[in-house]
Parts: sequence; C-alpha cells; structure tokens
Amino acid sequence: MIDNQRLVEEIGGHFGEKVRQFGENSGILTFSIAPGDLTEVVAFLKEHPVLKFNFLTDITGIHFPDNEGAELCSVYMMHSWENRIRVRIKVFLPKENPVVPSLTPLFNAANWMERETFDFFGILFSGHPNLKRILNMEDMDYHPMRKEYALEDPTRRDKIDDLFGR
Amino acid sequence: MTSVKMTDAPPGYEGPGFFATSLDKLIGIARSNSLWPLPFATSCCGIEFMATMGSHYDISRFGAERPSFSPRQSDVLLVMGTIAKKMAPVVKQVYLQMAEPRWVVAVGACASSGGIFDTYSVLQGIDRVIPVDVYVPGCPPRPEQILDGLMQVQELAKGESLRRRESEEYRALLESYNILEKNDR
Amino acid sequence: MTEKNTLVARTQEEALALNVPLQEENNYTTLNLGPTHPATHGIFQNILTMDGERIVSSDMTVGYIHRAFEKIAERRPFYQITTLTDRMNYCSSPINNMGWHMTVEKLLEITVPKRAQYIRVIMMELARIADHLICSSIMGVDTGAFSGFLYVMQEREKIYEIYEEMCGARLTTNMGRIGGMERDLSPTAIKKIKDLVYNSLPKVFAEFEELFDRNRIFRDRTIGVGPVSQEMAMSYGFTGPNLRAAGIDYDVRVMEPYSSYEDFEFDIPVGHNGDTYDRYKVRNAEVWESIKIVRQAIENLPEGPYYANENHYYLPPKHSVYRNMEALIYHFKIVMGEIDAPVGEVYHAVEGGNGELGFYLISDGGRTPYRLHFRRPCFIYYQAFGELIKGGTVSDAVPIMSSLNVIAGELDA
Repeated sequence: MIDNQRLVEEIGGHFGEKVRQFGENSGILTFSIAPGDLTEVVAFLKEHPVLKFNFLTDITGIHFPDNEGAELCSVYMMHSWENRIRVRIKVFLPKENPVVPSLTPLFNAANWMERETFDFFGILFSGHPNLKRILNMEDMDYHPMRKEYALEDPTRRDKIDDLFGR
Repeated sequence: MTSVKMTDAPPGYEGPGFFATSLDKLIGIARSNSLWPLPFATSCCGIEFMATMGSHYDISRFGAERPSFSPRQSDVLLVMGTIAKKMAPVVKQVYLQMAEPRWVVAVGACASSGGIFDTYSVLQGIDRVIPVDVYVPGCPPRPEQILDGLMQVQELAKGESLRRRESEEYRALLESYNILEKNDR
Repeated sequence: MTEKNTLVARTQEEALALNVPLQEENNYTTLNLGPTHPATHGIFQNILTMDGERIVSSDMTVGYIHRAFEKIAERRPFYQITTLTDRMNYCSSPINNMGWHMTVEKLLEITVPKRAQYIRVIMMELARIADHLICSSIMGVDTGAFSGFLYVMQEREKIYEIYEEMCGARLTTNMGRIGGMERDLSPTAIKKIKDLVYNSLPKVFAEFEELFDRNRIFRDRTIGVGPVSQEMAMSYGFTGPNLRAAGIDYDVRVMEPYSSYEDFEFDIPVGHNGDTYDRYKVRNAEVWESIKIVRQAIENLPEGPYYANENHYYLPPKHSVYRNMEALIYHFKIVMGEIDAPVGEVYHAVEGGNGELGFYLISDGGRTPYRLHFRRPCFIYYQAFGELIKGGTVSDAVPIMSSLNVIAGELDA
C-alpha cells in the first residue's frame, strides 16, 4: 500500500537535495523542485514500476507578488490510478525569467494546460510546440491573472466610480 | 367551434368576398406570425432555449418553427448567453449578413448587459456592437420569459411601417453602430 | 491526353527538362467550422484543412466565451462562488455546486450529516442523468434524428421541476450550502423523484435507446468513428465517459468516494474501442446506473438534520435570527462575508458529467480565496479533437464533436 510516507522515501531517496519542502496539504503530498529538474522528476514518477503516476491531472499557476525572487509558481498535480494516490509538485520561478520545461513530450494533455498557464500568468514553457494565448484574445498584452491587474475592464464607461458617488 | 384563437383581423373594410386593409398591416401580420429565429446560443441561456424549443414550451406555436442557422434566411437574431469580446466581431458579422427586416433579441442578463461577469473579457451587453430590439432579462430567463420576448418582437413586427428600414432614423441608428449600408457584407 | 500547356511536372528536374510548371504541392482547401454552431454545442472554432473530403489537420481556437471565472473567484466570498460554478457545466449544475461545497468543507473541516449527503447524491445523479440525456439526444440530432431530442427534453423538464422544488431555479441552480443543503427534500420532491425514476424515465429512456441502438443509419455513422485507444486517452487527460468508452474504468466516485457514494451499489460501464458509438452507449448505461443510485438513495434516505451544526458558516434558522442575539450576529457576519477561512490548500475532485471536475483552492486566511483553479475536464480532453478527426470527413467530425460532449462554459471558464 503506497502512502505519502512511502512516496517521501522513494522520491527523497532518489533525488535527495533536489526536492524540498515536503508538506501534506489535505492529504496530498506536496513538494517543490527547481525548474531544471521538472522533466526528470515527472518522468521518474511516470515510469516508476511501483509508484506508477500515469495521469497528469492538472497544471496551473499561482502568483505570489510578495515572494521576492519566486513570484510565480507552476503547480503540477499527478495521480496514480493503481495506487490511488495523488501528488502535487510546485516549481517556483522568478518573475524576470519564468522559464520551465514543457511536459508535452511526456503527456499530451499538458499542451493546452500550459498554454492556459502562460495566458494567465506569463510562465514560459520551453519546448512547447505552440505557446500562444488560448482563452484570451491574441493581442492582449498583459497576463490577467497576476495580482496587479484589475478584474474589470479598464475602459468600461458605465459603472464608473463617479456615477456611484465614490 | 375550435378553442384555438386565430389572430385578429386588422382594421379594414369588409364586404362580400373581399377585405380591404392597408398593406402595412397585412404584411405585419404575416411577418409577426412567422418569425424564423437564428439561435445564437453561447451558454446557459442556450439550454433554456433548447427547453423552449422542446415540446413543453414549444416555440413553434409562435411561428418560429424553423430555427435557421443561416443568417440570410432568418428574421430574428436571438443572442443567448455571454458574449465575450473575442466573440463580438462574430456577432456583428452574423448581424450584418441578415437581410432586412431583422430584429435582435438579447436573451439573458449576459447579452443584455454583461450579467454577473463584470470582467475584462466579457462584452458588457451586445448593444455595444449591434442595435437590440428586445431585452429579456433573467439568468437564465425561464422559457415563458423567452416566449414573452418573442411575443414583444411579434408586436414590433405587427406594427412596423414598411418604410421604417429606409427611414432616416433607422439609418442614423445603424450609423451609430458603424454598420455601413447595403453592399457591406 | 492533356494539352502541352496544361501539362504539369511532378518534380523540379522534370519541370526544368520539359519547361512546364511544377505541380502545386497540395490542393488543400480551408473550411471554417464555427464559432457559430447550431444551438447545441457551444462556441469554439475549428479551421479545417481539407484534402477534398478528408480532413488533413485542424486549427482549434477556443476562448470565445472566456468569462474569467478564476479571477472573479478571487473577489467573492466562498458562498458567492457557487453561482459561478453553476455556469461552468450548465447542463449539470448541481454537480458543480456540490463539488464546490465539498471543497470548502474540506478546507474548513466540516462533516456534513448523512441525510444531507444522500440528498446531495440524489441531486448529483439527477444532474448526471440530465447531462447525459442532452448529450445522447443531441448526438441523435446531429446525425439527423430530431424526435429523440423531443422525447428526452420532456424528461429533462421533469428533472427541472425537481430542482425547482429543491432550490427554486431550473438551470443555474446554486443548490446546497456550505455545510449541507438549504432545505430538506419536501414531500412533493420525493414524490416527483420516485415518479421519475420508477415510472416515467425508464420507459422513455428505453424507448429512446430503441430508436438509436440498432438503427442502421446511426450505427453506420458512429461505429468506428473517432476511436480512442487507452494510451491516447490517458495521455490526453481523458476522464469521464470518454475515458470509460476506451475501456478504462476510472471513476472518481469509486476511486475517492465522497458524500457517501461508498454506500451505494452501482457498476461502471466501459466500452471497447472508444469510438463514437461506445461513448454513446457508455453514457446511456450510466443513465441506468444513475437511476439505480437514485432509487437506492431515495429508499434509504436517513433521518436527521440536513445541515451541519456550524454556526460560523451555515446560516442559522430565521426564527432564531429574530429572537436570539448570537444567531443575529452569525447571520450578519455570514451574509456580509466577514467570516475568515483558515489558511490552507485543498484539491477536491468530483465526477462531473464529463469527468473529473477538480477544484484547487488556496486560502490565505481571508474571506475570499487567494487562488481558485477549476480542473475542467472538457478543456483538457478537447485537445484530442484535432487528432480524432484527422483522416475523416466533416460528417464524421460532427458526431465526434457531439459525442465528446464539450460544454462551452466548462471549456473556457
């Protein structure tokens, strides 16, 4: 029976210092790695004969404007169907150069998930076949999910503060 | 006698074997009772339209028997659902391709004014790109409300003058939306 | 024999030698499929490059209904986000609502009483039935058979009536609350549910299946069309009926049971080769399984409260708000959104109509989420559409699209 403790031993044992900050969030083991090690770790998890993380559940991003040097975070969630266990991998990236290798060679599902993360946060995935915006308009010049941008459209004429006496 | 209510005859002069009325009114009756909708369904309101098309609320009782997906062959553009800014040029293109007389019904809160989505990516109401005749509020509006909206269009069609589409006022309205004249596709 | 001036050469050398033009590389045409679809599927665009009748490649564009749910969610207190989740997969809104409530309950570590869990199961299974009914009947419409759609929409109207008994709305239900349900199942609702799953739905659905299952035209148009192998399905992130049609029995209700699903006995239907016909059959079989689950739930509905006793998150009953000071204060704080959630990071998945619908919630201790991400199954498996239609004709692409059951609200969120 594979549980989080076994995962920690396997992953920590194989990668040693490269994996950091093991934690358990609501039952799911979470750890963070450097961007360069991502492909190696994911391939290890996918091809491991016992762990068998055969499914990439999700890729998304988070923006922490207060973390100097690690503002953007790319989150990967993987699931092993045979062992019924999930794992979460976080890769922290600096705002100036948020480059992380793409997982499209390993999982086809990563294609659009990475495009969405790029669209919203500006995280660049090197080796992605078609890194363009997917949900927003092509000519948008900012990454809307970052915390510094407002939710509302900046050019809207009604619902302005003047009308409401603000 | 049947309990089905036939539409009332317009005011006119009746005699043995003939009935005289104005052409406006006759065409108005014909148009209002056979409005063919173009269901431009984007999201949840589209599912309520499907329920309206179904046999419980039956939109074909009102003459909308044939939902035409070709703009050239339809009378009413029912815009149902959220229109994002990415989609706005498409709505305009579809509107431009419709032949006069054409009516537009904005079904749902999102089409009328952006709805609950006051965001950077949603068009705050389709009346920013095309002129709208009837707004049907609701999120989503019940099929009865959609039918009410269609009945309002029927009232508009019944009472519309045949010269309206060529009038100055209508032209000015289209100008204000940057919709150019006839030969523009 | 062709004239000299219409002779074309196939290679560069031939062209130079015979002094004739080089044959053009390809005679591909471009066909634009969308974004204005007939009122069934939702808006996404496929620009198809076609070699005569056969599709060579396709360029997919989505995002025509991008409403920025994730950004909106960062500004709304937790109970107001339920209305956003409604509008993702709007054919089966209760599943989204319940999934969101369960996510927040996971964050807040609230346990919901059994009765509320059973009511949630009933509502979620009815929503699943509604979703699959639409998908199967629209597959019929796309292959030219309109009547099945009309029969089945009547049953959907009955499901809408049950929703109305429960929460007041037909489509965008906003059903349930954090900590349970907002009201108990009324006797009318129980009667309507029993009527639906024992009397009307089985009969109508059996008739619907009879129309299509062995229909020559439907079978010719769907068998062998758009097959998906198991490796392809796993690699492209398929979940839900599309994955089960390929033969893998992954169902979140069984893998990680939530809301008392472990109490119910049901099978997971799987297909053989993941083509359009298999997807259709898997969805139909799932409707029968859902009917089974609703029957079990409504027969064994436990007594008890329908909400958890959590004053901080669940609105107190109105009569005590008018009489009791603490209840008034809790009511005020909850409605004004002044309750702070604990710091935490949660991922919860439910089995939506289309697969694993996941909610990834990060809370930083405020009233609104710090980050909320929806793992939307439609978005992830729609990527494979480009692969599936290669080599087929446009009249194959249409049933493939409708059998994948892509809901635009979930695709773009």
